[in-house]
Amino acid sequence: MALRIQKILLDQLRSHGEQTYPHECCGVLVGEFDEAANKTVQTVVACGNTRTDSPQNRYHISPAELIRIQREAALVGLDIVGFYHSHPDWPAKWSSTDLDEAHWTGCSYVITSVEKGKAVLTNSFLLLGEEQTKHFEDEVIEVGETIQEQQNR
Amino acid sequence: MPIKVLIPTPLRPYAGKQSSVEVTAKTVGEALNSLVTQHPDLRKHLFAEDGKLRSFVNVYLNDEDIRYLAKDATPAKETDTISIVPSVAGGL
Repeated sequence: MALRIQKILLDQLRSHGEQTYPHECCGVLVGEFDEAANKTVQTVVACGNTRTDSPQNRYHISPAELIRIQREAALVGLDIVGFYHSHPDWPAKWSSTDLDEAHWTGCSYVITSVEKGKAVLTNSFLLLGEEQTKHFEDEVIEVGETIQEQQNR
Repeated sequence: MPIKVLIPTPLRPYAGKQSSVEVTAKTVGEALNSLVTQHPDLRKHLFAEDGKLRSFVNVYLNDEDIRYLAKDATPAKETDTISIVPSVAGGL
């Protein structure tokens, strides 16, 4: 299983982390699942971080914003396939908080490390299992120049 | 005409892979009960053992969080859409 994304969209979510530094950014990946559970991202939707009490080390996306994104995606036959956020001056690895707060099984959680304001590494983690057994697995990010190139992989 | 309940991606495996389910109900609570009666595997993903909605499960009637309406007793009519949205959060 892999997360397929155009370079321009990957750059978009990485630069979001630079714009919000030293705070965490967050957003939603909208796209399609194929029969093998690979995901192709069609749109990256930047969201506001509602954790204004601790934005340097926490993020939260408003459910109202999620509903709007889910509804607009469904209108064009797409789904929410994952989420992204940044780790300011911290590795691009999931934390225990990330796992505790993750509930979208089958979706990708993309994390970008932003060091001194510059996006460095971006990794994707696939959430698997049920609430009691949930865990992240490393997920390959396949970066293409175009959607056609991604779909031909 | 029934009420539409939108099912988010992670819960679709427990709802016959459907993105929405239609129910007949007069309140949001009745709608959710009808939903888990149709799809019993959904129950443990929506409700804790005490029967309350799990803390990370948000339920909206159209654009309103039912926590700020009348919760389970929130009236629902045929033109309404109920959305189930697990929370998205994390941090270092």
